Amino acid sequence: MTSKESILAAIQANKPDLLPLPEQPEFPYDNNLTEQFRQSLALNGGEAREAKSFNDVTDYLETHFRNSQMIVSLSEKVSGNFDVNMADDPRELEHVELAILEGEWGVAENAAIWLPEEKLHHRALPFIAQHLIVLLKKDRLLGNMHEVYTRINVEGPGYGVFIAGPSKTADIEQSLVIGAHGPRSMTVFLMD
Amino acid sequence: MKVGLFIPCYVEQFYPKAAIATLELLEKAGVEVAYPLKQTCCGQPMANSGYEVFGQGASDLFRENFAEFDYVVCPSGSCTLHAKEHILSNKEGEPKLYELCEFMTDVLQVKELKSRFPYKVGLHASCHGLRGLGLARPSELMVPDFNKPLHLLEMVEDIDLVHLARKDECCGFGGTFAVFEEAISVQMGKDRIQDHQEQGVAVITGADMSCLMHLEGLLRRDKSPIKVMHIAEILNGQEPDK
Amino acid sequence: MKAAPTHAAAAAEFLKDSERSHWHDETLWHVRSKRDVSAQKIPEWEQLRTLASQIKDHVLSNLDNLLLQFEKKAQANGIEVLWAKDAQEHNEHVLRILEENQVKQLVKSKSILTEECGLNHFLEDKGYDVVDTDLGERIIQFNKQVPSHIVMPAIHLKKKEIGDIFHEHLGTDAGADDPKYLTEAARQHLRQKFIQAHAAITGVNFGIAETGGFVVCTNEGNADMGTHLADIHIACMGIEKLIPRAADLGVYLRLLARSATGQSITNYTSHFHRPRKGKKMYLILVDNGRTKQLGREDFRNSLKCIRCGACMNTCPIYRRSSGFSYNSTVPGPIGSILSPGMDLNKHSTLPFASTLCGSCSDVCPVKINIHEQLYKWRQVITKEGPPQVSKRWAMRFGGQVMSKPRLFELMGKMARKSLSISPRGFVYNSFNAWGKHRELPEVPKETFKDWYRKNRNHDK
Repeated sequence: MTSKESILAAIQANKPDLLPLPEQPEFPYDNNLTEQFRQSLALNGGEAREAKSFNDVTDYLETHFRNSQMIVSLSEKVSGNFDVNMADDPRELEHVELAILEGEWGVAENAAIWLPEEKLHHRALPFIAQHLIVLLKKDRLLGNMHEVYTRINVEGPGYGVFIAGPSKTADIEQSLVIGAHGPRSMTVFLMD
Repeated sequence: MKVGLFIPCYVEQFYPKAAIATLELLEKAGVEVAYPLKQTCCGQPMANSGYEVFGQGASDLFRENFAEFDYVVCPSGSCTLHAKEHILSNKEGEPKLYELCEFMTDVLQVKELKSRFPYKVGLHASCHGLRGLGLARPSELMVPDFNKPLHLLEMVEDIDLVHLARKDECCGFGGTFAVFEEAISVQMGKDRIQDHQEQGVAVITGADMSCLMHLEGLLRRDKSPIKVMHIAEILNGQEPDK
Repeated sequence: MKAAPTHAAAAAEFLKDSERSHWHDETLWHVRSKRDVSAQKIPEWEQLRTLASQIKDHVLSNLDNLLLQFEKKAQANGIEVLWAKDAQEHNEHVLRILEENQVKQLVKSKSILTEECGLNHFLEDKGYDVVDTDLGERIIQFNKQVPSHIVMPAIHLKKKEIGDIFHEHLGTDAGADDPKYLTEAARQHLRQKFIQAHAAITGVNFGIAETGGFVVCTNEGNADMGTHLADIHIACMGIEKLIPRAADLGVYLRLLARSATGQSITNYTSHFHRPRKGKKMYLILVDNGRTKQLGREDFRNSLKCIRCGACMNTCPIYRRSSGFSYNSTVPGPIGSILSPGMDLNKHSTLPFASTLCGSCSDVCPVKINIHEQLYKWRQVITKEGPPQVSKRWAMRFGGQVMSKPRLFELMGKMARKSLSISPRGFVYNSFNAWGKHRELPEVPKETFKDWYRKNRNHDK
């Protein structure tokens, strides 16, 4: 008998009678989505900013990332200075200073932003960059995780990730440190 | 309403004042109470040590002793819980088992007490009563707040109830745990006492004498002025020992 | 064979450093308090716990079919699925993958399953340099220790000690213990490892039966850094980690991080369904005793565990004795009900390392009745575990006394008499564990029965 067969046989011998799978719950979410998203992201170590137009984003870049050598932008409206298509191997992204991505959905309750593979170009991009900016349309904000899972196809892209803040750790005496392996900051622009 | 009084073995032997206070409280509330003299123990010490089977004799005796009653009331959350889970199955025709505080709030629905206790008091939430019987909302659960023992204590005139930093942390008694895991048990007890001490209590009370016995053992070894009293004694208006 | 130390002995040892024990307790209590604040914000918290528990009920009752569904979808998506009936087979699968792909360097993110299987040792013996990339895991790997907590592996170490470890292994400044500085040093060190790695090993938080994908949660982003740069991704998953539908993640993700650390969600929640173009993804499904536990009706629910660690943070014994006192891959309350199923003799004292206070069951996001299972393991251990002659004798004797009212009264009288007349040194001897730090209760003049006979029992 293969291991697979013996494991399955053991389960069949040992499992209890079938118990029902509960229906998917719907828990309505009443809070102000933008405000709640901002608070949630702050708790996760990130910062949310409201932007009326893409000019607000470019102004911000001008102030904070003027001298950055490698900025990758996957937003058509905001320009970077490094073409991600130049990198065949994700290791070539090692020195990316800033990645600018467009989020598909945002969840107010925990500031999780859904980024499917097609919005990343390289799966590694939002992790290897020193800083991360995500642009998210306000009308893509949802209340909680139940709502977002009814709208996304997790299987479709091959990979997708909820990012809810910068890379962080508290493994040394529970002291929060931002910038463990990945981005040292995450800024989300909530776009009108 | 015929109420049988169940007094845990160690209370019967070492803390008769708690038992007397329980009896008097019930009598004052107009309840007809009897105490079957052939009772011993619920068998919990054996069962919690992994020897449920050796507690069987005690369980049988318990069932026999209380068969004739409508209610059995016991001044210990832990013993009540054990008997509820392992002796009485809440079947039709069996007596209904209650811990003293829940009997007073839920069955007797006591609204007032004629007692006074002008001291600073810390309430120790004993785990089995708290989480097993649901005497109060455990701090882990996100449900509406309630607290039956506290509700009763608040009826006592001039009582000064303190807020603890950890309102329902275990004291470390745990039956034979107190002996087999002596080091942890003692540390847990000391930590609990410190919380009460920091609030400046004169008396630590609770609905389980076993936890209080453990805390008292530590307090007396330390020659601390803090006293322990079973909640029934305070509700019954008794003075702390001098 | 040397007997494993009892939990009580290991705990007593840890408690000798009372300042450290107190610090450990306070640190974890703080995490528990953050969990409370976070859970409080979800009005449907208790409903979510119930749902999470019920979904797992379904999973355990339908595990074979869900596994097959999962495997079929995963294979169709280009994931190679392997089955391992025990730790040995799991480790051999990993080794074979590494050999077949000529992997030289590999990075690993946190996986309690690989700890359970002893994968690091196994691979190190074969000459591989396994680099743990979770900061806490890297610290204890340098320190040649195992995790003392499943979520916070290095929670037993103080920053000063970590500073010393980093000074030795990473050349940080002697005496430097600023967490920010130390984390930065680890970041620079591990970035190189990520860039160089050919293979990345991760655990799995959830496997999704309907889609054949799996989810990995981290805060550091180390699982993603590893897998997205390396050519080979090996994911190791216990068979109980399945959930039926992707949408069930809505329930679990709202509970997991809140229960674990009080965060609303981990900063990274990655959903893997296909390997990158031209790269390889393997998924190893591991039994290693899980199907046996499935067959134990009283203990089956322990398989619902989603490894949040909340039961450890709340446990007053764990907090004061630390994870190592359990001598078990998964320590704390949940470990105390899982481990006896793996090795009853080795772990026979764990179910007794509890006052049965029940706090573990009340924080558990999937509502495992942990304290009830501790009680039930005790009953099993006294029958099937290592013999404990004197305890058994005492309990049998106690049981006899308690079943005979007159004997009970007589014994009580004798005990009370001897306590009241014995000299102190006789009572408080080295065999009296109660009396080491505690007084025995004062012996009252009369028992309640004596009083009752005198004052109430007129008619009888």
